Amino acid sequence: MKPTAGTTVFLNARLLDPASGRDQTGGVLVTGERIAAIGPEVQVPAGAEVVDCRGLCLAPGLVDMRVQLCEPGAEHKETIASAARAAVAGGVTAMACLPNTDPVIDNDAVVEFVARRARLAGLAKVYPYGAATKGTRGEEIAEIGLLADSGAVAFTDGTRAVGSAMVMNRLLSYAASFGFLIAQHPEEPTMGGGDMNAGETAGGLGLSGVSPAAEWILLERDLRLVEITGARYHAAHLSTAESVAIVRRAKARGLSVTCDCTPPHFLLTEAAVGEFRTFAKLSPPLRKESDRQALLAGLKDGTIDCVASDHCPQDSDSKRKTFHDAAFGGVGVQTLLSAVLELTREADMPLLDALATVTVNPARLLGLPGGRLEPGAPADLVVFDPHRRWRVGAETLLSKSRNSPFDEAEMTGAVVRTVVDGRSVFIGAEIDS
Amino acid sequence: MTPIYAQRHLLGTRSLTAPEITDLLDRADRYAAVNRSAEKKLAVLAGRTVVNLFYENSTRTRTSFELAAKRLGADVVNMQTGASSVAKGETLIDTAATLNAMHPDVLVVRHQDSGAVSLLSQKVNCAVVNAGDGKHEHPTQALLDALTIRRRKGRLAGLKVAICGDVLHSRVARSNIHLLAAMGAEVRLVAPRTLCIPGAESLGVSVFHDLRAGIADCDIVMMLRIQNERMSGGFIPSTREYFRFFGLDREKLAAAKPDALVMHPGPMNRGVEIDSDIADDVERSVIREQVEMGVAVRMAVLETLTLNLARGGDR
Repeated sequence: MKPTAGTTVFLNARLLDPASGRDQTGGVLVTGERIAAIGPEVQVPAGAEVVDCRGLCLAPGLVDMRVQLCEPGAEHKETIASAARAAVAGGVTAMACLPNTDPVIDNDAVVEFVARRARLAGLAKVYPYGAATKGTRGEEIAEIGLLADSGAVAFTDGTRAVGSAMVMNRLLSYAASFGFLIAQHPEEPTMGGGDMNAGETAGGLGLSGVSPAAEWILLERDLRLVEITGARYHAAHLSTAESVAIVRRAKARGLSVTCDCTPPHFLLTEAAVGEFRTFAKLSPPLRKESDRQALLAGLKDGTIDCVASDHCPQDSDSKRKTFHDAAFGGVGVQTLLSAVLELTREADMPLLDALATVTVNPARLLGLPGGRLEPGAPADLVVFDPHRRWRVGAETLLSKSRNSPFDEAEMTGAVVRTVVDGRSVFIGAEIDS
Repeated sequence: MTPIYAQRHLLGTRSLTAPEITDLLDRADRYAAVNRSAEKKLAVLAGRTVVNLFYENSTRTRTSFELAAKRLGADVVNMQTGASSVAKGETLIDTAATLNAMHPDVLVVRHQDSGAVSLLSQKVNCAVVNAGDGKHEHPTQALLDALTIRRRKGRLAGLKVAICGDVLHSRVARSNIHLLAAMGAEVRLVAPRTLCIPGAESLGVSVFHDLRAGIADCDIVMMLRIQNERMSGGFIPSTREYFRFFGLDREKLAAAKPDALVMHPGPMNRGVEIDSDIADDVERSVIREQVEMGVAVRMAVLETLTLNLARGGDR
């Protein structure tokens, strides 16, 4: 299953590298695990494997900065191996996984476990977040220095917000001593408890609402603490128009803040809930069209740095329930590329800008080596056909769980080959001209 | 010889001038010699009464003051607040008034609250020595640290001194910052941000959050105790993480000057802020010498304040 990395030349590709702004026809020479050369003309060494890309796009492998892998602890929903298969089928070569596992990733042993399982799978690379607080309980700072030493790339309580202002203040302050990044699920916990976006749709369906204000309030509080402590802060999965405005103002003031949003939030609205469709039950919830438009605008003007799938596998038992009882979350690692390509149409973004949100931007933020096409960089690549359409569904999704908010939808942009450290780990549809 | 320091109390190092400090250290140097001789008893404070009033548990500081007073010939009374009227609910000011009525000459006071010793000093006629008030000042510790350094390095001016660890909760750090700055040393603080004094730069020090970078090229590495008893929890994740990044071991100490001295005000948490390997290294560690200089410095302070009382005449 693990072909050894040799010498491969990818020819006749539309090279897309957001880091350098390169968009040209040419090739990439891969020697061993690294990119050896890139440009309009690359030499073909004797004995090299030649891949003719026939004019299709070749970009850095995608970096999905927010996924749940469910292992250890919920392997009936997903494993590191099954998520990695879905990832490479979607052109994702690196994932940063949340610490909300059982046991929680709050000590170096669990970091090592996740790293070892990812190595065994040998597909997409996995970079764990360490828990920001012990047990993600939000009470005491976790051993983030030791976690970083063992490989954690940033710190977050994942799906849980750090609610206490005192704990968040100490956490940001302590993290700033080391220059670590703290990522927050911005939802004021004392305002939580709803099932979908608060408003007339929830009212009509008789569902309790999650107030958009719960997001702004925690975001505003955190940004005050960022200002005091000088810490690096990342707000995960923005969902409201006001949140985008808050981050835009904070960036204008020079705070070290970044943020991401997810494909369902910039492609769908609360209307997707329809008649209690639990695959559309997400946290944060899908919002209104005006929120979606604000997210697209934020992506276009750079206020929103990254797109992350927020991949959250739920087995059918967790979703075949009343809307209130159903679990939050959707799978997304395999649909990330297609969703980002929609930004060229939905937000009128240049292709390189759209790709930057899932390559160089998250790689820079997390300090990862991939995310760019340049000599010396890891040969983590995706070759894709930007026009090919495919249908999202149980027959195409490779995750152990199939709870995609885009279930049954047609998406545009299909992966034909994914390369990790010079090895072709996924070969999809035939390359045709 | 008239002391240069002319105040009635010694409450902190903040207002001390270089000549005052030098005079106190010179006196202490002479007492250090006395303490090493066989005949240690002097009559400088004969007929005087010194009261040690300790609201916080202390062994070394109280013993050090007691020995200092006894070697100078004073009568010494130790007040344990746990077994006194304080335990019965007496206020600080009432206790001060009560003690004052007994006409002591010097009150040596330690209290858990910053500013308590200064408050008490305003209510008595005798001299008051601050033996540590909350997170505020501990002037005799800074003086004994300075004496230890001066005896080893021959000077204070121009030395690079790194004060490392739980600076936030440390009265030792604050007193040392003022005193060392007055003597022309370059002071650095090394701590995680959660244990640093907010706005420390305004005290004229530079701040580091990396131990190796902070002690690089330093002459003196002063470690502070992790004040577990003062931690309301959560300033650091764990003592094992603290030791990994901020604990002084031989490998990290290599960043300092080859002849850098290691100091610690005690009591030490071995394996938390300092490796035993360093703490017990007689080539590098002057921790025992600090204790020795403590008695000498306290003798100099008691002598100075008693002379000032006499100078002030009627009180």
